[in-house]
Amino acid sequence: MRTDPLFKPVASEVSSTRTVALTFNDQPLSVPAGSSVAAALLMSGISRLRATPVSESPRAPYCMMGVCFECLVEIDGVPNRQSCLIEVREGMRIRSQEGARDLIFQPVNVQTLEVPS
Amino acid sequence: MSLLSVDVAVIGAGAAGMSASVALAGLGLQVVLLDEQGSPGGQIYRGITLAPLSRRDMLGPDYAHGHTLAQALAASTVRYEKGAAVWQVTREHKVTYLRDGRLQTVQARAVLLATGAMERPFPIPGWTLPGVMSAGAAQILLKSSGLAPAEPVVLAGCGPLLYLLGWQYLRAGVQIKALVDTTRPEDYWRARRHLFAALRAWPYLRKGLDLMRSLRSAGIAHYTGAEQLAVEGSEAASALTFSVGGKAQRVATRCVLLHQGVVPNIQFSQSLRARHHWDENQLCFSPVSDAWGQLDVPGIYVAGDGAGIGGAQAAALQGKLAALGIASRLGRLSDAERERQAAPLRTGLEANLRIRPFLDAVYQAKEENRIPADEVMVCRCEEVSAGELRKFVALGCAGPNQAKAFGRCGMGPCQGRMCGLTVTEVIAKARGVSAGEVGYYRIRPPIKPITLGELAGE
Repeated sequence: MRTDPLFKPVASEVSSTRTVALTFNDQPLSVPAGSSVAAALLMSGISRLRATPVSESPRAPYCMMGVCFECLVEIDGVPNRQSCLIEVREGMRIRSQEGARDLIFQPVNVQTLEVPS
Repeated sequence: MSLLSVDVAVIGAGAAGMSASVALAGLGLQVVLLDEQGSPGGQIYRGITLAPLSRRDMLGPDYAHGHTLAQALAASTVRYEKGAAVWQVTREHKVTYLRDGRLQTVQARAVLLATGAMERPFPIPGWTLPGVMSAGAAQILLKSSGLAPAEPVVLAGCGPLLYLLGWQYLRAGVQIKALVDTTRPEDYWRARRHLFAALRAWPYLRKGLDLMRSLRSAGIAHYTGAEQLAVEGSEAASALTFSVGGKAQRVATRCVLLHQGVVPNIQFSQSLRARHHWDENQLCFSPVSDAWGQLDVPGIYVAGDGAGIGGAQAAALQGKLAALGIASRLGRLSDAERERQAAPLRTGLEANLRIRPFLDAVYQAKEENRIPADEVMVCRCEEVSAGELRKFVALGCAGPNQAKAFGRCGMGPCQGRMCGLTVTEVIAKARGVSAGEVGYYRIRPPIKPITLGELAGE
């Protein structure tokens, strides 16, 4: 859910000429190149990045330096990425992590498994 | 998995790591410098090589100084590996890290841990809500992206970093709604015995006084001696409440920045089973090391804030001292030459650390903000409150490691980084013993998250 951004560029900042297009929960965003995923989300009005596995309470980046693990998101299908340590890239697909993860069970046809001899 | 052999592996490209690496390379040693960020500088000089001049100027001369260090690094023979998440260091000097999803291993003859500091946890009601961040986090947003709170912000707590951020916000034209200071007048009184030493470190002291003066003259609402801090809100922060002299206060805001000092990041030294001691003044654990930063694990050194909080300039000097110690261990330097080069560094270090006891005493984090009330969340990951922790103690839980078995406390993704000190102090108080006796979490690799696929070298 987008709200008014919690953070914005200070007055003296020259607006970045290069931007990167990515999505957060399928919502398209345009963000400055070179920023971390967490910074990009905060300035885009996304101030809740996940819900906790225990009580599903809302969480957002707290330390911005890789210590607190509050900014975990799913990036391009890989869960539990520290968004404060990862730089934005063109076409990135970011998703919030909602509550505890499901065990993704992919049935395998055992008949087709080859047994190495 | 590729294996690289070097003389020295340095972990962390902040003030200590950069200066040590450059010094080691200058002594003819082969150095690999591993850092998690995309550019050198650590947290203190975060983004220093990328920040536009206008931003460097706004952040002030202390930040700009990092550029000199980064330039020396770029001009050296040091092999600097950015984006390297080190997840294991062994007592045999093997360092394993993840870079671009690939496992890499370095076999070194000596390892320097320069992993710096992290902010002390600030457990108060509502500190897990979106909109509540550490002051350090906000400063990182300013340094690396030129971002600041969009609406008037509330700064709360105590310590130089909090005031520095306030000063930087003023320079950047950011509105500060209130500075809610937990420092009480009697804290200055308690610190008076360190005042003489602090006066000898006059440049530091004057810098601090200037900073406080500019905050005051800017007309920011400044509350001192604030107690009972709590963040209001259900889905996100909406206000900070507190009391001053028994009178309840409430400041509405969407953004609360908390800070009450920094503590050494000891994940690696703990994982190596090195000896640590409880620092009664800084209220944290620090690794025990010799005059060159060597731990009780031969060939493993520590420098900078990770060895005990001393600040950026002290860190750079400690880095150079560790470099001399390592060079001598590896046979590059005679003992006499090592001593000769170390003498001026030690004098500089002593001068730099003179202000610390005063700062540690004045800005010591308040007990109610370290050992919180029952309802306050201590372990943010597994959502264990102080009250639950106290119940564990009543059932016989003697220390942080048992707390894991009692209720998963400290077992979430942050591996106890955000709750470790709180857990130690809550248990110590409940048991009526010292924090040193209670001890810390037993830290095990992987220090950084790694998938099984990455481990298998897929």
